[in-house]
Amino acid sequence: MAHNGNNDWTRPAALAIPREGYFELTRGRYGPVFPRTPACYGFNIIAKVLDGHEQAIRDYGKQLEAAVAAQPDVLAPLKLHYLRWNLFDVGSGLHFQYQGIFDTDFDKYTEDAVKLFSSTGITTAFTHLEGFPEDWKTNPEAFIMFVRDHQVPSFLEYGEYPYVTSEEVKKALRLKAAFAHMLDQMQ
Amino acid sequence: MTELEFDDIQHIMLTGTPHLTGRYEFLSFDTPEAGRAWLAEMVPLVQSATDVRETVNVFKRWVNLAFTWNGLRALGVDENTLASFPNEFREGMASRADILGDTGAAAPEHWVGGLAGDDLHAIVILFARDEEERVRCVGEHDALLARCPGVRTLSHLDLAATAPFEYDHDHFGYRDPISQPQMKGSGEVLIPGAGGALAPGEFILGYPDEEGLVANQPTPEVLSRNGSYMAYRRLEEHVGVFRDYLKQNAEGAEGQELLAAKFMGRWRSGAPLVLAPEHDDPELGADPMRNNDFDYGTMDPHGYACPLGSHARRLNPRDTEPNPNRRRMIRRSGTYGPPLPEGVADDGVERGVGMFLICASLVRQFEFAQNVWINDSAFKDLGNEHDPICGTQDGTMDFKIPKRPIRKVHKGLPAFTTLRGGAYFFLPGLAALRYLTTLEN
Repeated sequence: MAHNGNNDWTRPAALAIPREGYFELTRGRYGPVFPRTPACYGFNIIAKVLDGHEQAIRDYGKQLEAAVAAQPDVLAPLKLHYLRWNLFDVGSGLHFQYQGIFDTDFDKYTEDAVKLFSSTGITTAFTHLEGFPEDWKTNPEAFIMFVRDHQVPSFLEYGEYPYVTSEEVKKALRLKAAFAHMLDQMQ
Repeated sequence: MTELEFDDIQHIMLTGTPHLTGRYEFLSFDTPEAGRAWLAEMVPLVQSATDVRETVNVFKRWVNLAFTWNGLRALGVDENTLASFPNEFREGMASRADILGDTGAAAPEHWVGGLAGDDLHAIVILFARDEEERVRCVGEHDALLARCPGVRTLSHLDLAATAPFEYDHDHFGYRDPISQPQMKGSGEVLIPGAGGALAPGEFILGYPDEEGLVANQPTPEVLSRNGSYMAYRRLEEHVGVFRDYLKQNAEGAEGQELLAAKFMGRWRSGAPLVLAPEHDDPELGADPMRNNDFDYGTMDPHGYACPLGSHARRLNPRDTEPNPNRRRMIRRSGTYGPPLPEGVADDGVERGVGMFLICASLVRQFEFAQNVWINDSAFKDLGNEHDPICGTQDGTMDFKIPKRPIRKVHKGLPAFTTLRGGAYFFLPGLAALRYLTTLEN
């Protein structure tokens, strides 16, 4: 079963997910809503890299590193925990994997993500992928459909501290820092 | 910048009108010929924004026309053109109810007035200065329908403002609307805090939007240019339930007013809680140059003044959500049903607001607001909450009011409103209305 909102963060949990990526079809504005799991929400885009474009994608990793260093909250609208990018070839050509773990269903903030992808150049990296719409600059909906069409849902997800949002983690760490500061003042 | 074609844009998009009454009439066309014959007689009554600005003191009635996707088909629009409209408009509001959160008592199977049916084709929006004019206009339209066999009225909703008449407000007493978006080139005086003048393409087809794009427009251009999409919502207001809840959950008249303000994010006078956190300030509420001049991120980040889940903070989160100006909508509305006098128990009579949310993209603007801001329990990590005023409520949800040292949680919030129907309409420009009358089978 999908998350019912009452899970205990102290109890690690795993969830096996059906082939479709969801238990019951819940429609979002652009397609099925994928469920919240012990590992929060996620998106896993896999697409083939255009021949000869590997280095261009790798180079973009440095660009994103610099963008976040210059403006640490640049990716905040995505409500991310983690982002992982991979390039791999298991015999069918080089593929790019964009894996994001975040705290909201991707469908909800799709347009914000597309705008952010464009402003940070993530979209530019996508232009090195097969099937990416050539008119992405003037047709945001085509970009949305590309992302949805290349989503590969998980069939198992696990959380050591399940269903905890990044905001809750940050609140707990802020509280810990505040207590540490308070104790310092008591010395 | 492309200049707005005021003389081709239906006035509802750019100007409010001084109406106290009116009627929304919902129609069905049995044949394309009948629909077009009716439309040909109606088109001369529809005023442009230019017309209304120049003649608002002359006329006593104002008319707008809009069509569902099924209605465009019923008028004889060809399949290629119909296919060029966006998916959400083609599906219609009732078919998108699960996405919008219109479930339970708000689900389409409970809607009234034939609004959920495929035979809903058109709406006539009549705003009238007084009741005498409303009755006269309804009589003229009835006579037109008698001359146009094959055009049927599915239902109608008569509007009536309630006292006090000096300003617009709903049956709960909240001043409305306050935070209207503003448009570049509209000639309006900029309102501090209203978000600045936005690109017309956020609201009107055929113009660049905030991204500078004129994307995914229906074809042909003569049909789409100067048009817009309009989400209609008939929202019943349970005034007795609302007043009883305030009485049972707040101390004295002042406490009740404060609780009502916490639900809305503004006092009933319109004064925003961020600027008037402890006591109402009716002068502030009535002053458009001051009553929007605030933010949430720096002035009230934790919601001690204005709860994070309050209606106004959800629907216009200002600086606390990314790209808020890509979600703005023009709102027009009228109240219906008799007022419920103070101190009188709920009489079971339906009363509420019939409102229109006007935007260039139903999926990006209206559906986002419904799906993410109004009916999403994950909004701002609030958990078990929907919008307390217009969200879908089934008596199991909460409303949290941040307060030092400990927040107040209202559990099991009742439904203060219930959606009684709705529909997606396309609001064509005047040239497009004339184009529709010239279609052939």
